[in-house]
Order: sequence, then structure tokens, then C-alpha cells
Amino acid sequence: MNAAPFEPQRIPSGWRHRHLLDLERLSADEIRLLLDTAARFKEATDCCRRKLSVLTGSTVVNLFFENSTRTRTSFALAARRLGADVVDFSTSTSSLSKGESFIDTARNLEAMGIDAVVVRHGTPGTPHLLAQHLDVGVVNAGDGPHEHPTQGLLDIFSIRERLGDLSGVTVGLVGDIAHSRTARSNIWGLLKLGARVILCGPPTLVSDRWREIGVEVSHDLDAIVPRCDVLNLLRIQFERQNMRPFPSVREYAHLYAMTSDRLKRARGDLLILAPGPINRGVEMTADVADCRQSLILDQVTNGLAVRMGVLWLTCGPRDHGRQGRGAEPAGPPAGGA
Amino acid sequence: MNAILIRGGRVVDPAQGIDRVDDVLLRDGRVAAIGPADGRTGDRDVETIDATGLVVTPGLFDMHVHLREPGREEDETIETGTRAALAGGFTSVACIPNTEPPIDTQAAVEFIRQKAARADTCNVFVVGCVSRNREGKELAEIGRLVEAGAVAFSDDGAPVYDAELMRRALEYCRMFDRPILAHEEVLELSRGGVMHEGLVSLVLGLTGMPAAAEEVMIGRDIALAEVTGGRVHVMHVSTAAGVALIRAAKARGARVTAEACPHHFTLTDEGLRGFDSNHKMSPPLRTAADVEGILAGIADGTIDCIATDHAPHAPEKKMLEFDRAPFGILGLETAVGLSVTRLVQPGLIGWPRLVEAMSTLPARILGVDRGTLRPGAVADVTLIDPDLEWRVDVRSFRSKSVNSPFDGWVLKGRAVATIVAGRVKYRLGQ
Repeated sequence: MNAAPFEPQRIPSGWRHRHLLDLERLSADEIRLLLDTAARFKEATDCCRRKLSVLTGSTVVNLFFENSTRTRTSFALAARRLGADVVDFSTSTSSLSKGESFIDTARNLEAMGIDAVVVRHGTPGTPHLLAQHLDVGVVNAGDGPHEHPTQGLLDIFSIRERLGDLSGVTVGLVGDIAHSRTARSNIWGLLKLGARVILCGPPTLVSDRWREIGVEVSHDLDAIVPRCDVLNLLRIQFERQNMRPFPSVREYAHLYAMTSDRLKRARGDLLILAPGPINRGVEMTADVADCRQSLILDQVTNGLAVRMGVLWLTCGPRDHGRQGRGAEPAGPPAGGA
Repeated sequence: MNAILIRGGRVVDPAQGIDRVDDVLLRDGRVAAIGPADGRTGDRDVETIDATGLVVTPGLFDMHVHLREPGREEDETIETGTRAALAGGFTSVACIPNTEPPIDTQAAVEFIRQKAARADTCNVFVVGCVSRNREGKELAEIGRLVEAGAVAFSDDGAPVYDAELMRRALEYCRMFDRPILAHEEVLELSRGGVMHEGLVSLVLGLTGMPAAAEEVMIGRDIALAEVTGGRVHVMHVSTAAGVALIRAAKARGARVTAEACPHHFTLTDEGLRGFDSNHKMSPPLRTAADVEGILAGIADGTIDCIATDHAPHAPEKKMLEFDRAPFGILGLETAVGLSVTRLVQPGLIGWPRLVEAMSTLPARILGVDRGTLRPGAVADVTLIDPDLEWRVDVRSFRSKSVNSPFDGWVLKGRAVATIVAGRVKYRLGQ
């Protein structure tokens, strides 16, 4: 990494995006650039404790249509650490209850002269829809079970801090893959950086179809634990499930909770991540959550670094062309038959 | 002027086994003759249309159209929907009764017929509800609806969920020889779903509607058709396994017919990757293998008809978050172009089969005296330029809505004139 003092004058030319909507459509180089930017901010802010003024005069709106404490606080702190103003906008106080569409709500905010919208919504694709209709940067802070790019980045950032290059590293994602945006962002980011990804959980939560994109699928945690360098234990999202995908929490924990017994069969240097909030006793036992290999608190600090980097890339000064409204393709163009 | 001579077109009428270049004379709203018109060209009262290079077909018939009136006039009205039909080459549509209120009384049928008469556009045949208020609990007054002019029965938008009710409806309709048009979906399996369940839904994190949700219900309704002797028409078949179930049922002699929609034989769930709600419909766009299955079903006749499931939604409704946007896609103004481009141009089927699927069989399934150019038949005629390349532009649509994912596509084949009961109701460019 470059040891020169960090002077974020201009956004690096390798970053040409207006928005951060997902990791699926970023290249490996772009993901590395995001991680490197986060690392420099972490260093320049003395582990995210000191304040910079690189975004003084910018305004970031937290547009949260789903409850969130951690992610919203993390984005707000990251923006303030960079000197930006932050406005929190939550649905309970909005005119959405009066029937206004969320696009109209966002357009109203845009007209107030803001620079970026950090959006969380229960429906996949909502940040993409906003990006098509707004002329400000859009950062996806979680769209339903689709993606949570900053969470994926901070998980990968935390692994990279310990292990360096990710190529050849084996990462197990355990639990509710079906409903997890964190899982999807991790899958794309890890695959692009050359890691081996194993998804593990019952077939009702881990589809065999995932194999089609080059990840391994297992329904047997005991079989994969000894092979993993990293385990990322994902929360069971009871609130998103139509019907409980396993007979009981007790049975789930018996099959898939990370316990100290299972930890004994793992490599000694196994790293444990959890995106939180964790259900102690479901995804892992308390002793595992607090063990020395647990990166859970590192993840929280690194979340600030990643979000500083992302907000700066979204709002910061740039002297090369950036794409305007709607120019960022939200998907493959419809071809003629 | 009360006569039209259509000269020199390729006349395709499967009902009569005709496929040849010939002249068609229409007089007093009826087909007068098919045959060389040498002696009649001088008549002063005859308007001549030069159809050289065009395909002349019995008027196209879309047996699955949502006109939205009454109740959702912001999406479409009987007038705008039927104008869209004319522009798409359709002389007849059958309108599905999931309106507000639903079409489950004689008065409601009469309302549609009066509105259609006032619009004076294409023929509108009314489909009545299977169940009272479309609630799926008890039969609507099917006999009274038949008296008022209903040609078939459907609770489309939703399945007839109660198997016993479906069984009774099939039995009861036998005495009127009317089909039940069935929306096939096991609701528990598709609950909360917004797209096909597959790799794409998995990656996008959108809730899927598995193919099995449709196939299980097709299987049920085939069994009920066989046990009752009633007629089931499977609407908008979207899966390859669904086509296979229908093929096997037909081979056993079950009274089952089926339709497929142009979007289901053209698009796949890959199109959802951009989260464009114009790709959201029910049943959903499925996989390339399903598209192949439907194409094969159209080619071998397992799928009898092409119908559009024309489902307009006002732009502000489609612009919502993906799970709040309604299901539905426009169909009337792109059906001919998509069918010619996807089916005829690649050589999958010939013109006679296409005309059969878009005119002859829809009329026959609904028991309506349309779908042929036999002398004496009502003079509903469509003239199609099979080679015309054109770009779809939703802003030029006659429909009140613009929810088509085909905007900007270049298609081959387009209706250039639509004649209803001997009157030219639409000409391209006018």
C-alpha cells in the first residue's frame, strides 16, 4: 500500500461509477480500489476516530425504509467523520404514509440539494430504480435479500486485513443464505477476488442452484469446518420467511450452530465473522462469539472505514467524466429478437 | 360504398384449406367470394385494395384481453383497448372479467356490449366469471350469463382454487358447451412470488414462483376435465412441463385446449436482471428451456392458440418498488410482429398454422362464427405485410398504457389494414 500521506484531492480514475448498487457488477479491480480506499481512510482517521474535512459542504441523506440501527448509525458516523452533513429520513415520519411514491419522496429530497442518498429498502432493486430516477449518487445499504455491498466489502476488508490476498482463501458462509443480502454481496466480492466460497445450511435455505455460479454448496457443517480459513455466520432472518424452513430452532442449532466443539475440529487460525445482529445460541454459541478468532468487533470498525471510502467515492471531487442520470446500466440492454 | 375487393394477396384460410394468391370480395359486411375478380373490377361501388405482397387472413382473434373497464379506466378502456386491438390486426377480442366489479351478472355483460357498440371498433366477446363476484366460493349464474352473450367463463387473475367448484363448473358448462378458461396456479407455492423461481431469482433475492405452481394446477384441471367431460382451456402456458402435460392429455382424448403468449415464447427470466417491472407478469417469464418447450408446443399443435393476455397498467403503478408493481404486460400491438419474427421468419411454423393459432382456433374454442373467409361469413379480414420491419414505440400505441418491455425492438411483420364486418377500421399510417 502507498505510504504517502493521504490527500484525497481527487477520486481515482479507476472509479467511474456514480452509484454503489451491488458488487455483482463490479470488477475485481474496482472492488480492490474500494478496499484500498477504505484502508487509506482507516489509516488517515487513526482507526476511524479522527475527523477529516474532505466532504465539508456535502449532504448525505439516510433514506431508510426498513428498521436499522447499526447500518444507519455507521453511515451517519462515516459521513460526519468526513465533514458531511447527514439527514436521517425514516418512513415513520415520511409522507409515504400519505400515499406518496418513494420515487417522489426521493425527488423531493433531491430538490433540496443533496449529494448522495443512502437507501435501505425491503424490496430488491429499489436502489437501482432510484438511481435511474435521481441525479445524485445512490448507495445501497441493503435491498431486501438482494445485496448489501458495504457489508460485503467490510467483511472482505476484515478478512484481507488478517490474511492479505484473498486468492485461494476458503470462506464458508453458513446459515440463511436464501434471505441474506450479506451472503450475496460476500459471494460476488469473494469470487471476484479469487476466494473459494462454500455455502452451508439446510436445502430449504441453501439452494443447490448456487453451484451454477461457481460456489460450493454443502448441507453438512461438520464436513466443511476443517476446510475453512474463514466462517461467516449469517443470521436466521425469521422476519423474511413465509414458512419456517426448519422444524425448530433447536434442531437448526444442533445442525448448524457454531459451537466450541465444532471449533475444536477447525484450523487453529480459523477466523469467525458475523454480520450481526447475532442470535446467540442459534448461529453460534456465546463462547464462539467472544473467542479470540472472532472478528465481530473489527467488522464494526471496518464498516466505518468502508463507508467513508464509499461516500467519498460517491460525493467527492472528480476531474474525469462521470456518468449522468440513468447512464449506469441497471442491467443488460434488451436485445431485439 | 358497400363492397371491397382485396386484390392479389396471399389468402390464407386454414378453415377452408386455402393458401394461394387470390382476390377476396367483401360485400354488405360479408365475404362474397374468393376467386379471380377479373370481371368485377369495373364496378363503381367497389373499393379496391391492392394486397400484392400482403397476407390476407380471416380477422385475427385475441381470446385473452384485459380491457380494464369497468373500474380501472386509468389503465385502459373498452374504447382504447379495442383501438389497440385494431392497430394490432385484431378484429375480435375476448375480454376477461376480472374488472371492478367483475362481470358476473347479465347487467355487467350488457354494459360491456353497449360500451363496445358505442366504441364501434372491433368485436368484443365477453367472458363471464366462473364464480360469483370472482370469489371462488359459489358458481356465478352461468346460464343467465350465457343468455346475455358470454362465450366462456374464467376467474383469471386467479385460479378457481376450490377443486370441487372447478369440477362443478366444468360439469355445469357442458350443457352450454362453453369452456372454462383456466389460470393455473397453486397459490401456496407462489406466495409472495414476483418472478420465476430459478437462478436469476436466487441471485436477485426476489421471491420466486416455481414452475411447479403452474404445472400442479394444470395437472389437476386436466384430471377434472377428464372426469367431467367438460372443456378446459389452459391460459398462458409458460412452462415446458406444462406443455408436456397438455400434450399427453390431448393424446388421451381429454377435452383440453391451450394458449401461449408472445412474451412467454420470446423473453426469459434473464430480462428481470435490470429490475424493470415491465418484465413482471403472471405467470412469469421463465427459462430458455421453457421457451423452447412452448415453441415446440406451438409447432406441433399442443398449444392451440396465441393469445396476448394484454394487461395494461398505468405508468405510475408500474414505477413502484418491484414487489408492489402489478403483474402485467401489453400485448395487442406487438403480437403479430413477435409471432412473425419468432415463429414464421425462422421457419418454425408456416402462415397457415399462424393464422390457425391467431384466428381459426380462438373462434372455434369460443364457439363464435368468426375465423374464416368462407363465403357468407362476416367480413372480418386482416391484411399483414409479412416483410415490413418496424420499430416498436410505446408512445405511438393506441393503448392507454405503455407497459411493454419490447419498446425499441425491431420486429418483422405488421398488420397494415384491419377490416371489421366489411368496413376498414384501421390502416397503417392513417
